[in-house]
Amino acid sequence: MNISVNINGKNMVLDTHGGEMLTDLLRRSGFKGVKKGCQKGDCGACAVLIDGKLINSCIVPAPSIDGKTILTIEGMGTPKKPSIIQKCFVDAGAIQCGFCTPGMILATKALLDKNPNPTEDDIKTALDGNLCRCTGYIKIIDAVKQAAEKIREEDA
Amino acid sequence: MSCGEKHGGLEVVGKRETKVDGMSLATGMSKFVADWDVKEPLHVKVLRSPHAHARIKKIDTSKAMDIPGVAIILTHENVPRIPHTTAGQGYPEPSPYDSYLLDCKVRYVGDRVAIVAAEDLETAKKAADAVEVEYDLLPAVLDMGEALEEGAPVIHDEEDAKVIIPVPYEPKRNLAASVDMEIGDLDKGFEEADVIVEDAYYAHYGQHCPIEPHIALAMPEGDGRITIVSSTQVPFHARRITAQVLDVPVKRIRVIKPRIGGGFGTKQEVLLEPVVAMVTEKTGRPALLEFTRKEEFVSARTRHPIKTILRTGCKKDGTITAIDMFCLSNTGAYGSHGLTVVCNCGSKVLPLYRCDNVRFKADVVYTNLPVPGAYRGYGATQAAFAMECNVTRMANEIGMDPLEMRKMNHIKVGETSPIFKALGEGGEGVPQSIESCGLDECIDRGRELIGWDKREELKKQVKGPIKRGFGEACLMQGSSIPKVDMGAASMKMNDDGSFNLLLGATDIGTGSDTIMGQIAAEQLHCYLEDMIVYSSDTDLTPFDVGAYASSTTYLTGMAVKKAAKEVRGQIMKVASDMLDIPVSELKLGKKEVVSCSGDKRVTFRDVALRSLYQHDQFQIMGHASHITEKSPPPFSAHFVMVDIDTETGEIKCRKYVAGTDCGRAINPTLAEGQTEGALLNGLSYALVEEYIFDEKGKMLNPNFKNYKIYRTSDLPEVNSFLVETHEPTGPYGAKSVAELCINGALPAISNAIYDAVGVRLTKGPFTAEKILKAIEKNKN
Repeated sequence: MNISVNINGKNMVLDTHGGEMLTDLLRRSGFKGVKKGCQKGDCGACAVLIDGKLINSCIVPAPSIDGKTILTIEGMGTPKKPSIIQKCFVDAGAIQCGFCTPGMILATKALLDKNPNPTEDDIKTALDGNLCRCTGYIKIIDAVKQAAEKIREEDA
Repeated sequence: MSCGEKHGGLEVVGKRETKVDGMSLATGMSKFVADWDVKEPLHVKVLRSPHAHARIKKIDTSKAMDIPGVAIILTHENVPRIPHTTAGQGYPEPSPYDSYLLDCKVRYVGDRVAIVAAEDLETAKKAADAVEVEYDLLPAVLDMGEALEEGAPVIHDEEDAKVIIPVPYEPKRNLAASVDMEIGDLDKGFEEADVIVEDAYYAHYGQHCPIEPHIALAMPEGDGRITIVSSTQVPFHARRITAQVLDVPVKRIRVIKPRIGGGFGTKQEVLLEPVVAMVTEKTGRPALLEFTRKEEFVSARTRHPIKTILRTGCKKDGTITAIDMFCLSNTGAYGSHGLTVVCNCGSKVLPLYRCDNVRFKADVVYTNLPVPGAYRGYGATQAAFAMECNVTRMANEIGMDPLEMRKMNHIKVGETSPIFKALGEGGEGVPQSIESCGLDECIDRGRELIGWDKREELKKQVKGPIKRGFGEACLMQGSSIPKVDMGAASMKMNDDGSFNLLLGATDIGTGSDTIMGQIAAEQLHCYLEDMIVYSSDTDLTPFDVGAYASSTTYLTGMAVKKAAKEVRGQIMKVASDMLDIPVSELKLGKKEVVSCSGDKRVTFRDVALRSLYQHDQFQIMGHASHITEKSPPPFSAHFVMVDIDTETGEIKCRKYVAGTDCGRAINPTLAEGQTEGALLNGLSYALVEEYIFDEKGKMLNPNFKNYKIYRTSDLPEVNSFLVETHEPTGPYGAKSVAELCINGALPAISNAIYDAVGVRLTKGPFTAEKILKAIEKNKN
């Protein structure tokens, strides 16, 4: 079946079928920054924003996103034009293996879009569904704080 | 170094450079194995054993083969039977050759029974389910304490299981390895002791949980070779072992390691590569195998569960007089890393404290349980648990501050330990004396930061049923395996004065590409961005043992430094020709060569252009290898503050302070990242991670819903700081940092629980249930 979606600002018509999960559809369509960590909705590596909400794409049936707006890591920025969040993740040392990073960055965006001045507890709550085994989360939380500050400065 | 060149102030080394692959990862552009473009690969599914111990009486694949889309099904009947080890170690491996691609026997729930390849994964799964297997069930060994008992079921009764180096191996008794080492006079040591503490400590099953599961892709090449893209820590061992299992020459196999989504030891195992390569060899098609999270828990690798019985004695003044350590290690169904992990229980723990009378014995036993392997900490995690609890208990008994007792007894600069020589990886070790040790400062600063001397005051901040406690532990590890590990690097100069740095060393997220780039840039007086770092590809990059044994910075870092030095010499020669000034009167500036007088200079770009295009052309390039005679220990002191609800047993770690001496930190951000990641992984293991088995040896919780690992909401306040020292044998003074900090939480938390509520927990993880039970028992 064909579905119409907006992915990273671009309207697209994609062919999918009943059994397909969104992670697979996105990866098949070239959005390989969407990672597969558990395929059970437990780890957050596949998280994307659907209509601005952070959702683990591995448990979302692909046909259900017809008409929706998706943001993946590819829509956040490029090496030449990274978003503030991406830049802060790199600068803070928040990336080790980088496999959880796309999900973490999108979780950060979902948080900061709603709450530009989060407390440490807000950050911990917002990232709680995204597992990382490399960093101990310490520098990830630093990165989120730095990004929040920079975005506030920019908006001021 | 030539004239007038001051090289005291380092410019790239020691800097908080961002990772060379950081932005690529942050934008989702980096390629992991799953991101490889390959046309229509076969999808591979492994049929796994539902039984802990059984003989395959009959295996019938005919119905499965009839399913449209099935390309091939491999069983023990149609693949060569080649005993090997899956442990990615140097050759000859110290692990027994007790594994087969497929065997007529299964030895744990999750063992390989058949390999199915089909056009898509659904079909492969369906076909795997349609394979008909008749099993002869055998009694199983599900308790490591019963493995050596007379009459216990023999797990490796096959005649061809063997060891290829002379180490103890008695598979007919389920004994996969053993160690027996003694120095001094143990009886005399215990006679001299005023206080003796003895207990048994049990470090439990745990999994590495890289967020990227194991994955490998094999592709046929036009020249008959097979290229494997794999999520591996050990590309060169993967090449060698895959060739062995396929019974083809090494030259027919190429292994590429792209970006890797974490390893922590579990990818130091050659598990998937022979499977996909065999499918490709037999079908001529690309083949892809990706572990599910369940397979990651059950059929990848785990930490060796080890019971450490530790008896230690000390005098009233704090002098440790005797240490008697016995480790019983469960190596599961296969002996991968069995011997070497248990050796490290002794060799990475016992030398920390001066003691003349030490005995270390160990048995490694087969069981019908999931297979342990390498896991960050590698034995030190398990045995440091015992040692650091005993030291605190001895200090408490003699009324000495446990930090003072550690400061008094720990090994110092200029000292050696007879353990270094007596115990290596599978045999004798290599003697060494300590040339750098910042442990005292780690202890002193940590003491301050945790509020050690205000403990009684801080304990009063909690009320009612909540009790607060403080715990501590000191740690050491090594830096690579001396006289065994080798790392190599090659470099060449490009037209614009940039350099390609090619490494077999395997960046699996550790940041080693960045570290190696910094070392090379420092040596060549250029910027990190002038280094194009590439790891690893067995066709293109020089050999390296891979990412394990805390070796890359210390070992490969020296190879990089040497290779860069060679390149530097060639640059100087070309510049000397260009300027008509002898090399002795030239020095390196920033990306240029300058005369000592300072009035003449040529840029690296001009040097490169001349050497490539203009005069006496040649490629400026260098390569170097490095082995080490030493394995200098990094040191660390850990402190925790915990709160325990005495009514529910619930424990919360409030604060975790760790000071780490890793020599000079080539990149402090990355070094801190290693300590933070490791200590939180250790804390998660100590408090929440647990394998739950049914009575038949099946793991019941192979998913993140039921096998909890730490997430952001679990975090305590963490303060992990570095204490820099200078290790003269390492590159720019560096030692290792990767593993050590995972070892702290088990003992530090156990000590803190005792401090809070007066009960000693000796079996991980320290769950509310266990704590409550111990509190109740203590009351009665």
